[in-house]
Order: sequence, then C-alpha cells, then structure tokens
Amino acid sequence: MLRIPCPFCGLRDHAEFDYEGDATVTYPPLDAPEDAWFEAVFLRENPRGRHREYWRHTQGCGAYLIVERDVTTHEIFGAELAHPGMASAMEGAA
Amino acid sequence: MTGFRLDAGGVVDRERPLKFFWDGKGMTGYAGDTLASALMASGERVIGRGFKYHRPRGVMSAGVEEGGAIVTVGAGAKRVANVRATTTELVAGLSAHGQNAWPSVRFDLGRINDQLGRFFAAGFYYKTFMGVLGTGTFEWMQFEKLIRRAAGMGRASREADPDWYEVVNDHCDLLVVGAGPAGLEAAAAAADAGLDVILADQDFALGGDLLGAAGPVGRANPANWLSKRLAALSGAVRLMPRTTVFGLYDGVVAGLVERVTEGLAAPSPELPRERLRIVRARRIVLATGAIERSIAFGDNDRPGVMTLAAARTYARRFGVLPGRRIAAVTTNDGGYADAVALAEAGAEVTLLDSRWARNPLAEAAEKAGVTVRQGGVPVKAEGAFGLRRLWVGDHLGGGRARPEEACDVDVVAVSGGWSPVVNLLSHRKVKPVWSDHLACFLPGETTEPIHVAGAAAGVWDAEACAASGKAAGLAAAKALGAWGGTVPNAPGPNGWEAPIDPVYEVSAERWKGKRFVDPQHDVTTDDIRLAHREGFVSVEHMKRYTTLGMATDQGKVGNVIGLALMAEASGRSIPETGTTTFRPPYTPVSMGALAGPERGAHWRPTRLTPMHEAVAASGAAFVDAGLWKRGWYFPQPGETMAEAARREVAMVRSSVGVVDVSTLGKIAVQGPDAAELLNRVYVNGFAKLPVGKARYGVMLREDGVAFDDGTTWRLSETEFFMTTTTANAGEVMKLLERLLQTRWTDLRVHVSSVSDGWGGVAVAGPKARAVLSKLIPDIDWSDAAYPFMGVREGGMKIGRGAIPVRTARLSFSGEKAWEVFTPADYGPHLWKTVLKAAEKAGGGAYGLEALDCLRVEKGHVTAREIDGRTTLEDLGLGKMASRAKPYLGSALKNRPELVRENRPRLVGLKPVAEGARFRAGSILCRPGERSAHGVGWVSSIADSPSLGWIGLGFAEGGLEAWEGAQLVAADPVNDAATLLEVVSPHFYDPSGSRMHG
Ligand SMILES: [Zn+2]
Repeated sequence: MLRIPCPFCGLRDHAEFDYEGDATVTYPPLDAPEDAWFEAVFLRENPRGRHREYWRHTQGCGAYLIVERDVTTHEIFGAELAHPGMASAMEGAA
Repeated sequence: MTGFRLDAGGVVDRERPLKFFWDGKGMTGYAGDTLASALMASGERVIGRGFKYHRPRGVMSAGVEEGGAIVTVGAGAKRVANVRATTTELVAGLSAHGQNAWPSVRFDLGRINDQLGRFFAAGFYYKTFMGVLGTGTFEWMQFEKLIRRAAGMGRASREADPDWYEVVNDHCDLLVVGAGPAGLEAAAAAADAGLDVILADQDFALGGDLLGAAGPVGRANPANWLSKRLAALSGAVRLMPRTTVFGLYDGVVAGLVERVTEGLAAPSPELPRERLRIVRARRIVLATGAIERSIAFGDNDRPGVMTLAAARTYARRFGVLPGRRIAAVTTNDGGYADAVALAEAGAEVTLLDSRWARNPLAEAAEKAGVTVRQGGVPVKAEGAFGLRRLWVGDHLGGGRARPEEACDVDVVAVSGGWSPVVNLLSHRKVKPVWSDHLACFLPGETTEPIHVAGAAAGVWDAEACAASGKAAGLAAAKALGAWGGTVPNAPGPNGWEAPIDPVYEVSAERWKGKRFVDPQHDVTTDDIRLAHREGFVSVEHMKRYTTLGMATDQGKVGNVIGLALMAEASGRSIPETGTTTFRPPYTPVSMGALAGPERGAHWRPTRLTPMHEAVAASGAAFVDAGLWKRGWYFPQPGETMAEAARREVAMVRSSVGVVDVSTLGKIAVQGPDAAELLNRVYVNGFAKLPVGKARYGVMLREDGVAFDDGTTWRLSETEFFMTTTTANAGEVMKLLERLLQTRWTDLRVHVSSVSDGWGGVAVAGPKARAVLSKLIPDIDWSDAAYPFMGVREGGMKIGRGAIPVRTARLSFSGEKAWEVFTPADYGPHLWKTVLKAAEKAGGGAYGLEALDCLRVEKGHVTAREIDGRTTLEDLGLGKMASRAKPYLGSALKNRPELVRENRPRLVGLKPVAEGARFRAGSILCRPGERSAHGVGWVSSIADSPSLGWIGLGFAEGGLEAWEGAQLVAADPVNDAATLLEVVSPHFYDPSGSRMHG
C-alpha cells in the first residue's frame, strides 16, 4: 500500500486515491492544432525513477494532488495540491 | 514401533484431555497439542498421501513448512482442505480426514500412480498435450482426466462459507514479527522506550523455538526465561498469537490474518472466524526464525522421516517421542543438542554426522547416550507405511556415499542446515544473499525501515538471538526518536564451532529409489536433473517445469535444495544459478479473510433513490442499473414485464406517466466563470444560455470520442444545474474537477456533486401540463409563459404546506414533458403526490423498460449508443457541434479514423417480417454474407406497442448508405438471424410536434 501525504487529510492509503496520470504534461489551449493535442493526450515519457503524477483524493477531500514518486522503488517524496491558488492558501494557513 | 506420549515434559496440559476424530476414529490428545502431535502420540504414522504418486506420508516437520501431514479438517460447509496438521491447534471434537486417497490414506487405490512413475516426471502435462508420449491427443486427454482425479489436493467444500470475517485497519510504531527469543526481546526493548508495539506470531503459543528448546538461553532455563519475558510484555505490547504476518507491502504496511476462533471448541457466532488486520507500522522487526532443511536421500519421504528439530520439538514441546530408535542425521553442529534431547527423552539415538572430523560436541553427546558416527550419511529408507530400516553409508564427499549397513530404526530425523525465513523481506524485493560459509541465504540490505533479528538473520544460538532482537528493538526506538542511547552491536550470523557440510542430496551408485526435494508436489532430484537436461537452465524455468516450490508450502523446505542441485548440474555456483523469490502470502490465507465483509449483497453498495420506498409501494418491480435499484415496470395483476411496459408506453403517449429519474447525475456549477466552463466542455454553446432556460449538451473526451450527454439548466447568471447520465455521474464530476484543479486553474468556478441532494420525477404525456398546473399553482404553465426548454422554480402543494420544486420543460419521450426535482427528503412526497394526480387524470407510473422504449421510438441515444467508441457524427448529432468556438475534444475529433466516410453510424432498424424479433448485440450483416464483423451492430431494441419490434444500431456509412436496404441481425450465440429493413432512427413523430405547444 502506497501511503500518500494529503496536505488536507494527512498520510493516507493509496486505496483512497485515484491515479490521474502524468503531471508534467502541459495541455495546449483548446484552439491549438491537432498535433499539439495529439502530443499532450497520447505521447508519454516513461522514465525510470522519479515521476510527478496526479492523484485525486477521491475517498477523502477530493483534491487533485501532485505526488512525487519513484516508480522503481515506490518511494513517495511528497504531495502538494495541484491547484496553485489552493496550494498557496494552504501555505498561508500553515 | 510408533510414536507415543511421554509421562512428563512439554507444555501440553495432561490434566485437560481432548477427544478428537481422525478418519472417524475417536482419539485423545491434550490441550496444547497440535493435530500432528496428537496423532503421533496416538500411534498414527500415515497421515497423508503424495500429490502425484500417492505414496503414504507422515509428519515431516513441526511447523508451516509441512509437506507430508496435509489433511482435511471439518465437514460440510466448514470443510477446509489442505490443512497442515502440524500447525492445527487441537480442540475438543476436532474432526480431520486424510486426503488424496481413496478409500483411506492407509489403503489407497490411487497408489498405482507410483508404478506409473515414468509418466509423471517433470513436464508431464506439457509433454502430454504436445503429443510426444502418446498415440493420439484424444486418448491422452481421456487418460489425463483419470490422472487428474487420482493426483490432486483435497477437495474444498462446495457450500457457501457459513462463517464471517472482518477487516481491521490498524497502526503501530513497531510491528515485531515472531515471538521467539529475538522477537520477545525486540518488543520488550521498544515497549520500554514507550513505543506502541504489536508482537504477532503464527503459533497459538508464544515463544517460538523456546517452547521446546534443545538447550538453555545462556545459562537460563528456557521455560523460565520465556515465562518471565511474557509476564513483562503482558499489557506493555499488543500480543497477537495465532496471527500470521502473511505479506509486507509498500509504505511499511503489513497484512496480518488472525485466526480468531482457532482453539475454541464452540466459538460464539458473534466472533469472526478470521480477522484481516492491515497494519500501517512506522518500523518493523522481522524475527521470523529459520526453517530446517532436509536432505534428499533414497525414499526420504517414508513416514518416520522428519527434520531433526521437529523430532526434538515433539519430544520437548509436546511430550511425544516420535519413535524409540532414532537415526539423527546432521551436517552441522546444531544437530548435536537435538540428538541429546531425543536421547534424554528416552530414545535410542544414533547420530550420523556427514563430517569425518571428530566433533567437539561428540563427547557430551556420547555421555548422554547418543552413538555418534562421524562421516555417516543416510542412503535409503525402507518401510512404505512406516519406517523400519535405514541404509547407512560412508560419506565419500559431495553427497556421494558407499552403503555399509542397514540399521533398524523407526525415525530418521534430518538436519541439512537451516534456511533463515527471509520470505517477508523478499516481498519487498530485497534479494537474499547466499552465504557459502553457512550454506544458506541471509537477508539482504534494505533501505526501508525494516530490521531483521535472530535466526532470520542467520544467528543460531538462542542467547545471541535474544541479544540480536534487543539490538533491533533499540535501533527501532532510536530511529523513531523514542530512545537516545547507543545501540549495542548485534551478534552476527553463525554460532557453530565447526563449519557446516553443504550436503543437499545423498546418492549411491546402483541404489534406486526416489529422492524427494519437494515432497508435497512430489518433485524428485531426478526431475530437477531432467529439467536441466531438457534445457531449463534458468532456475525460474526449472521451477515452473518441475513445479518445485509451487505447493502450499511454497518451497520453504525444497527451494534451496533444488537450487543447489541445479547449480551442481550446470556447473555453476549457487549465486550464479539464481536466487529464491518469495511472494505473498507467507502461508495460505483464506479467501474469506481477504474478502472480509464485502461478499454477497455487501460486495458493493446498493443505491436507492430518495423515493425508493414510495416507488416500491406503488407496485414497482426493480432492476439493477449499476449500483442503483431502478423501477423497471409496474405490473397489474397477471401482467408480464412486456405487457406492463407496452401498457405504460401507450399510457404516456395517450395520457400521462410519472417516472423516477432521481438516478441522473446532478452537479451544481457555480461562480462567475460557470458559463465559460460549460462552454468549454460542451460541444454546443452555453455562454449565451439565458437565465430560466435549459439546454441539451454533449461532451467529448479529449481524444474526440463522445463521452456523455444531459441537460444543463441556468438558474442565475452564476449558477447552473447540470444533469448527467446515471452511469457517468462520477466520471463527469471527476472530469470537471480535473479541469478546474489542474488545467483551467484561473476559472472562478466551483462544482459540487448534488446527485444525492435531489429526487426527481419526469411527468410526460398529453395531460402532463394539466396535472402539474394543479399541483404547482405558483408557476404559469401556459405555453407562452413556460416554453419548451424553460426552467421554473416553485412550490408543490402538499396538504396545507408546499415543498420546493425545481422544474424544466424537457422531453426524453417525445411527449409534452417536465422534469420536477425536489430536495431529497421530500422525494417520497413528490412521488406520491404527482402519481396520485396522474392516476386521477387516467395515467400512472412507468418504469425503465417503458422509458427505454419511448426513447428508442424517438431515436434518442443513451449509454448503449454513447459507448466510448462512437463520435458525435456517428450518433447523428454532428450538427450540434459549434463552429464558433473550440471545446474539449474539438482538436482531436477530426483525426482521419474518426471522420472516415464509412464509419458505422446510427440507423433505425425494423424487421421485414411482421412479428419478427431480434436482440441487442446482434451483428448486422449483408444478406447472404455472414462474417465475423459484418457491417455494424444492434445497440438497442424496443417492443413498441404502436410500431412493433424496433431497434437502433450502427451500420457502415449510416442512413445514407442503407436507408431502405436490408440487413441481417445475426446472433450466432443464440443461433438466430433476422432480416431487417434500415430506416430513420426517428420512428415516432420525427417533426417533434407532440412535445411542443
Ligand atoms: Zn485529502
């Protein structure tokens, strides 16, 4: 069981979360050409080692997190809120 | 001679005799016995039968590694097969049976397989199916059925499990696995530092090897040492006997299974049989001990051949001597104390040490009455139903022997060395490291917060194990900041004076006889060499080909021997040959424990709409739709489902019908940028939707394929009420959250799922307006004031009060219709009030079956059509897409495959012959040209009261290619084919005149 430190809810089992894909992909604007969208939707790097990935705390607060995880060892280095506004609000609250 | 109970000794309670049954025969053991020790004390020697050859087997160990005494316990629904007699706690009334044998383990007709041995060598099944051995495949298939019946494990009960199980989520600072000297000391040290400690052990008694120890702990009597430690731990740590830590997982999480009712003769039904405890620990100490290996020699599976430590454990822990004349066999110093213990218990013991050099321990052993023979090895055992004789030979080195003499013995107790239990660390992908010096795998290094102590780390001496455990406990406390001292140096591996002689197999020229490596799966040394000759060089391939280590003990005894033999055959060292990988579970875990309470109806939640009880009271038959129970149809006396649905459809078309639509997904979309968000996710425009209006919208996935549809109502400038399909409610919510939280983070919008907050009905039919205008008088229901797609809020009169309602003029049926929602708690009132008024007007309730028929008649699509493969154009909705704005999926929806001319597109279907029927899922083929893929498929069908049997489907090129032409609905599963005509999907009122005005 991976253990993910949700900034809202604390350290939780990964069973409470949904994996939501690569967090390093930058999606183009809606009116961008097909090629740009093709790349964003279909093409993925699969590097060994550390990944930044989205996890949604579905069975908890519902927030989208960016989790840094080593895909070889499953070590988790940390998690932050994906929404920059929410992330800075959390920092202000802390 | 057979085993017998000693007058004194051991930790069994001779004051508490327990009656039990073996193959129906009444026997008596004592509290503290295992089934194996009680059977041994009762003189039983043959307990099991081998898997392939059906050879009689006896008790081979005193623990989880058992490969011989595998039995079936209990009867009826509570029958459990493949149980190790060596770990089964004896309780009064326990009933056990031998398995793999007919009629009994003592007389078994299946033993003929032993004579057919040449057919059962490694890879038997592969060869059989490849036709190498036999005449024709068919004959061999028949033969194989017979062999399968004869070769196999016990049979599980076919009845539902009457017991219940629970799952507990738990946390602790330190989890200590194993309650031997190392585990006890680790737990004590950590508890002293104030840590929350769980100490779990698979045995029903705590103490590990100390329960029947061969020698003292340092100078202390082991029983005294143990009771002092247990008294100190009681209350200070969470002691969990009968609890197996079966797996270690990511995040320092361990899977434990507690056998709650084990040891109880008549457990209360309030108790779960087992409890799965998922422990999130901060650190773990593995004090899992070591397992003694046997040696492969001729017929080393005969009843009476066991490990040396097991023989000593039966004598010292259970007070049972396995035999009177015992040949103790050792390759290491550890065997001496065990031989002495057996001699002290009254056996006549000869110790064969494979090493020629006079051992320093020999003198003391001889003083205790043990005959020591240096350089002696076992060659061949005799006595199919119980050992009678052992051929002993001189060790020529490397396991080769020259037979010298036959000794009359009734037990051969063998120590081929010890294997530290590295299994749990192996679950964490930590490779064990081979030690030539100790002839075993030692635990490898890990970066995780896991410590290994005691015999699991290759420490053989009890006092050193205790010191090793204490060091691990202190190291854990220090790492967790609970203790600030200096951790003492832990004793390293070993504890023997003279080095071990790595003997895995004893062979002598011209001496036949099977030499078993894995007795439970009947894998012999010849099987391993055969696998090597046939090219299985990788140890992983060898294991799969021979099935070594694949029985319920998972190779706890045999893996290292197999690896050593493979290394020898291929001329490589053991580390070069490979390693041994263990995966969870450590010992078998019942499916019931893993499922916990999630079985039967509790396998998944059941969702009921807020008005479910009221709908049921109206006479609904329900159907499962995902997690939901939905009103399916409302039969009148004597009506079938089809008759009721046809009546309900006709009622909606001629009068008025009421249907529960509470299952629709509902999302509150709020904020200054709410309209902008909707405008980006729907293919059609939402930016200019006026307040008080609703719009039908379709969403695409970002890859351009259609995703979901529904209506969204504008309640104010900044607030929308979005509805989604029942099936996609969660997925749409997730998509909006993902977009808002990760991509369009500048949009000032908040979305909340309000699906469970509202109950709703659709009221459809020519009399719908008349019904609603009376019930909700504060809304102007005239066509001019409340046009098609209008949204109005008001109050529905209930008695002297009113409930708030949110309404919209929408039609899924093609009739004049409204959806009416109310806060969930008012749902039953809404249903009862509207239904009563509809009935007064000559209408009534309708269900999902009629709803589906009404929409098929109109050619409306649902999830059967929006199935994740179809595009907007395929669905006939291409005109909805805005050209004025981009939207999610617009960039990729024009990829070549998605705009291909002859893609299957939506068509209407009806049979050519009157009264003919066809099924959804059928393949559409050209007449006379039935091919696997055809030119399309049938997605939905309906039994329309006005139009007969009709359907929707997809055909290559759509209506343009097929209108008026014929296709066959081929249904090969049901061996049916129906000739159809392709028509417009808008069967009923294509102009939409009925829903307007
Ligand atoms: Zn959370």
